[in-house]
Amino acid sequence: MTEMSKIVRTVTSITFPLAMIYGLYVIAHGHLTPGGGFQGGAIAASACAMVLVAFGSKWTIEKIKEKRLSVLESLGAISFIALALLGLVFGVAFFNNFLTGSNYIFGVVPITGSGLADINTAGILPLMNFAVGLKVIAGLFVIVLVMAYATTSLKEDKK
Amino acid sequence: MIYNIPYLAVAALILLGMYALIFKRNLIKMVIGITLIESGVNLFLITLGYRTGSIAPIYTSSPGGIMSFPVPQALTLTSIVIGVAVLALMLSLVIHIYRHYGSIDAKKVRRLKE
Amino acid sequence: MSARTILAVVVFTIIAMFFIFTALFIHPFGEPDETDMDDYIIDNTQEETGANNGVTAVVFDYRGFDTLGEATVLFTAVAGVILIFRRLKK
Repeated sequence: MTEMSKIVRTVTSITFPLAMIYGLYVIAHGHLTPGGGFQGGAIAASACAMVLVAFGSKWTIEKIKEKRLSVLESLGAISFIALALLGLVFGVAFFNNFLTGSNYIFGVVPITGSGLADINTAGILPLMNFAVGLKVIAGLFVIVLVMAYATTSLKEDKK
Repeated sequence: MIYNIPYLAVAALILLGMYALIFKRNLIKMVIGITLIESGVNLFLITLGYRTGSIAPIYTSSPGGIMSFPVPQALTLTSIVIGVAVLALMLSLVIHIYRHYGSIDAKKVRRLKE
Repeated sequence: MSARTILAVVVFTIIAMFFIFTALFIHPFGEPDETDMDDYIIDNTQEETGANNGVTAVVFDYRGFDTLGEATVLFTAVAGVILIFRRLKK
């Protein structure tokens, strides 16, 4: 698809960092406020799709090759399974939460009942949120990019 | 009987999706019908876990009271992501069929049968 | 009106009757039947997992296997889309 006018390109380059920061905030605070890995990943992927629509598909696929995005997505999937297997090595069973109540990084238990809490609570949940968020951002952006680039070549072949 | 309006909305969504899937001949309209059926099933999962006068199941600075069930909300999250994955694969197959046959009418793309 | 269209209309009407009958006579909105599992989860989330969000604790800790299956489905869908639009360079 072709690119859009100069006003749209300027406003997109101002709005894109704000939308990415909002998506990463929803991913990082998944264990305190509503949100988590899947919801924040969908917000950040739609910010990346906005850049694809405004700048055209030829420019975007020259800057970002799809092989690097596939490597990012595989990295997210492997770290999710590695965190689950570490529960088998250090704890009792598969998917065990072995960081709650211990003295390592995420081990504080909050007070029972409603109230504010720290950010270093909740065991392996923030690490799993980051792994799943990276996987969802890379996966959804690759789907939109491959479909947009394939239909551009289809139109040029038929003419 | 007037208090079951969410369940009647679920039935209306599923029936509209089945109508678009059975009686239409364009492939894109069939894909839209499948998406409507998935939306109806997600709404049904959420309305099964509500208690009258309850708040969201989150403890950070919450006003007191009974809480709704968190398990149907978790199952609905999984269902939405699976719906997105199936929709992406269906649309890729429709683009591939158009490039091969030249039309997307369901009565003309049946070369496997003869 | 061929025979196939009449058969499709009759089957659609029977299925519509089933759905509307179920929607009118199900238990009223807001009074679920069994509450034992969710009462246990609401009471013991902050001690066992240490999270302040009930939905995230259920998705990643109490029901982690479903999230593993969903990550596999997402990975398979992305691999299938890339495979369909690949051009072999000769």
